Amino acid sequence: MHLDVRLPIGLMFSIFGTLLAAHGALADRRVWEQHPLRININLYWGLVLLVFGIAMLLLVVRGRRKG
Amino acid sequence: MHLQLGAIDYAILLIYFAFVIGIGVVLRRTVSGTKDFFESGRSLPAWICALGFIGANLGAQEVMGMAASGAKYGIMTSHFYWVGAIPAMVFVAIFMMPFYYGSKARSVPEYLKLRFDEKTRGFNAMTFAGMTVMSSGISMYALAKLLNAILGWNFHLCIVMSGVIVLAYIFMGGLTSAIYNEVLQFFLIVLGFLPLVMMGLKQVGGWEGLVAKLQPVGTQAGFAPTAWTDSWAHTGSAQANPMGIEWFGLAMGLGFVLSFGYWCTDFLVIQRAMAAKDMGSARRTPIIAAIPKMLFPVLVILPGMIAIALHNSAQGGFNLPAKGNSLDYDMVVPAMLSHYFPTGMLGLGLTALMASFMSGMAGNVTAFNTVWTYDIYQSYIKRDGTDAHYLAVGRATTVFGILASMGAAYAAAQFNNIMDILQLVFAFVNAPLFATFLLGMFWRRATGHGAFFGLVLGTLAAAIHHGLSLPKGAVAGLKGGWLGNALHTYPSEMAQNFWTAIYAWTACFVMTIVISLVTRQLKSTDELRGLVYSLTPRAHETGLVWWKQPAVLGTIVLGTTLLLNVVFW
Repeated sequence: MHLDVRLPIGLMFSIFGTLLAAHGALADRRVWEQHPLRININLYWGLVLLVFGIAMLLLVVRGRRKG
Repeated sequence: MHLQLGAIDYAILLIYFAFVIGIGVVLRRTVSGTKDFFESGRSLPAWICALGFIGANLGAQEVMGMAASGAKYGIMTSHFYWVGAIPAMVFVAIFMMPFYYGSKARSVPEYLKLRFDEKTRGFNAMTFAGMTVMSSGISMYALAKLLNAILGWNFHLCIVMSGVIVLAYIFMGGLTSAIYNEVLQFFLIVLGFLPLVMMGLKQVGGWEGLVAKLQPVGTQAGFAPTAWTDSWAHTGSAQANPMGIEWFGLAMGLGFVLSFGYWCTDFLVIQRAMAAKDMGSARRTPIIAAIPKMLFPVLVILPGMIAIALHNSAQGGFNLPAKGNSLDYDMVVPAMLSHYFPTGMLGLGLTALMASFMSGMAGNVTAFNTVWTYDIYQSYIKRDGTDAHYLAVGRATTVFGILASMGAAYAAAQFNNIMDILQLVFAFVNAPLFATFLLGMFWRRATGHGAFFGLVLGTLAAAIHHGLSLPKGAVAGLKGGWLGNALHTYPSEMAQNFWTAIYAWTACFVMTIVISLVTRQLKSTDELRGLVYSLTPRAHETGLVWWKQPAVLGTIVLGTTLLLNVVFW
């Protein structure tokens, strides 16, 4: 049995993405407006990580169907 | 500078640790013998080996060091990639991998034994084992020192924690576990640092804004205004650029000797390619790795350039901490993290930083346990053990390697110049080694005596050159000039390093030829088959689609690299 390396990667980034996006979405506006670029980076990058994580998990599923 | 972590930052860090160790736990079941533990059973697909290949190299020295160099020297730092790494990676893939993967050798020193003789292998195995333990220890020390400085964490606890985590996943899953974690760490480093670069670039006004903001940096240092943003234009003379090196020393010293010496002969990276499932995958590994590697300057050098531009223009309240009379360039990455990343992202950034330290450490430890078990223990201590015995030795060596690294970390804390010593040893040992391999693989007449004494004399030439030269402003000692009056003063340490490598390589190349010509070739033609170019049938990758053929891929990668050099000339 060999582990598909994309599985832990997909899982970890999905968790990171969810955590960050939730943290950003729930944050007080005044907190992220102090950012040098005034963007809610936790929310946006969290979503990017979530998309990346899910994409990896989809590749795992596709790999299983093929294999 | 002190960073304050929130609960979410700690959560991210802990989740990462759990995944890293979890990979080891799951892979534990796949290890049934030495071939699994040291060579991943030669079963991995090319893309995994490729990301492991760069992941193992993407240690802390790369992430923190390249950012520091980006601030100190500007875009000329990209030569480490576009002149250094990429051509060497394509070369090792196309010309050298057939001998490494195709021969019965399980490690780089073992190739030397098959091609030359026992003493050449022994020399390489011992120096390599020593260097890996030292490198991994320095990685550990640097991590602990950094975490202590920016988070106030206990130094000893950091050493033990990083050691135990790396030990856990290698001990259980062997090389596969190290490579899988390197792949995970690769994505973490890219996705952790990319937003830093994007935000930094946005704040300085894009590339144009950065070029404009770096002009006063160039003129204040006494160079042309574009000295920080042109990679080749000011290399006509060593005095005209911040790196203090002219084009020949750069192309020959860094581009040819040092980079080829590292990428083509260092078992730490070669081991990843040798874990591939077949010859085609092994040859594609370094080339696939070269594709992201080519773009890494954006990730690791650009933050340094942005940091110095922001610092210099006093924009947006960004400041680099000072160290003595100059800036503390090593703090570029932590300073950028604290500037752009709020709690949450900060956890991600710190985890990425830790991942880079760990992947660097694990790369060294897996290379160490393999070379120790195969090339030292099995060759000199116990020749006729069972496979289970050598597997146990490999696991024990992993524990020993981690403990020795911890020792090296404490030694590094005692002697603040241990990093300089390591770099010196590295330049002394690796640069001549490339000449040995080049002659060994492409000249069947090269003999064992020629290789061994060429290597020793090349190393000696490096020492003599170093002992007779000094970088500007340095005092005689560890920086050079210890053989009496310095005959030559270089504008920078880097220039001295490059030239040391050139002398070492040339001496080894010439002496190996001379000694080979006056000694007898003890290896028969049959013994050399598969080890020397002229005696090995060419690998024909017929039936492979064009984008899987190493030669086609290599040409595309080299063409793109050439283009990058021209665009940022």
